[in-house]
Amino acid sequence: MKYIDEYRDPLAAKSYLHEIRKITTRPWMIMEICGGQTHSIVKYGLDELLPKEITLVHGPGCPVCVTPLEQIDKAIEIASKPGVIFCTFGDMLRVPGSKRDLLMVKAEGGDVRMVYSPLDALKCAKANPDKEIVFFAVGFETTAPANAMALFQASRENVSNFSLLTSHVLVPPAMEAILSSKENRVQGFLAAGHVCAIMGYEEYLPIALKYQVPMVVTGFEPLDLLEGIYFCIRQLESGEAKVENQYSRAVQREGNRPAQLMIEEVFEVIARKWRGIGEIPQSGLGVRKKYHPWDAEKKFNLDDQSVSEPAECVSGQILRGIRKPMECPAFGGRCTPEHPLGATMVSTEGACAAYYRYRAREIREEAAL
Amino acid sequence: MCLAVPGKILFMDHDEQGYARGRIDFGGVLKEVNLAYVPEAKVGDYAIVHVGFAISLVDEEEAKKVFGYLKKIGELGELQEESQGEDPR
Repeated sequence: MKYIDEYRDPLAAKSYLHEIRKITTRPWMIMEICGGQTHSIVKYGLDELLPKEITLVHGPGCPVCVTPLEQIDKAIEIASKPGVIFCTFGDMLRVPGSKRDLLMVKAEGGDVRMVYSPLDALKCAKANPDKEIVFFAVGFETTAPANAMALFQASRENVSNFSLLTSHVLVPPAMEAILSSKENRVQGFLAAGHVCAIMGYEEYLPIALKYQVPMVVTGFEPLDLLEGIYFCIRQLESGEAKVENQYSRAVQREGNRPAQLMIEEVFEVIARKWRGIGEIPQSGLGVRKKYHPWDAEKKFNLDDQSVSEPAECVSGQILRGIRKPMECPAFGGRCTPEHPLGATMVSTEGACAAYYRYRAREIREEAAL
Repeated sequence: MCLAVPGKILFMDHDEQGYARGRIDFGGVLKEVNLAYVPEAKVGDYAIVHVGFAISLVDEEEAKKVFGYLKKIGELGELQEESQGEDPR
């Protein structure tokens, strides 16, 4: 496919690796923010091809992973109600809440449906006027314009049996939470390309300056990632801390203005709890008061509850780059994608799940030695 | 979750609510996509699509940069010579 295959060219990848090796003189730790990038890095083994001085740690950019247990429990509570059709992206179905997951609700007779787009959920609402249709609006800035549009259209067309259960989070406050922690080890960031396609990268400029960390807006294919790492190392080696844009074929400095306007119309910035990390101020989006009739939490009058994570899970440290998946004693034994203990093992984009999927054999072989 | 895929806009019109809509070809798979966020889109453009919405158009000139940069530093040429005779995988 055009704009995909050429960015997987092994020869070009080899020459970037060669260039990276040439300029690397000291140990550096870089974090890629997005779970999609983590997945590509581990799948193609890019981390193993890099010079040993460079360590990649994997950031919190997996919306499925960081959706708090409380929101999953709320989804399960709503989906179990009679007369509700609960629509969700497929990757939320298996995410365990404190007791059950959405797939179990479906197995017990609940009407839980997987959709490709929030607009499919809105269509479902129009086709089923006697049912309540709830869409699980999970995601980062990339997904917010799509979810905002579904809600906006529902309000404009007065579709009263449609609502969103929202768990939207924002990247820059999470970066700041990582950088301001005393335990922080991250020296440079690969910023998430598709988040920046929506939001642009101007909001990263003050963060790069304040914490003196290079930030490179990076795409998702192997060549994008290698070029992003190359730009980041080049800055680190020369003592710079700028924001650079590797993914310029898709990202403009100011981002996508029509999409930003739709987000602002429907959502407002609020504090959000991140699974494995805790509450971060100003780190999420909630439905504006004007649109509360389409906010599932208001419609179903759900109480706020607090649920704690299994004590053994270290996903909070993994999401902040303090530990790597294999350093967890539960990894691959008591914690697997089938029976995850926490955030980073629950989604295919989570760092632990990516290591389990692509590195499990070598891990077992090492253990056998 | 933030997965977005580039595809070519084959056809454009408006949906019942008046929003711009396109049929997009993803390597042979056709899908209907909302184009409300890319008002400058034209038939033949490549759009980057996430959950049924085009979030950006591919800038063709910028897309070539990664290869141009490699050529400039001469690496690609050197490696091509080196790998002649190697297993072509």
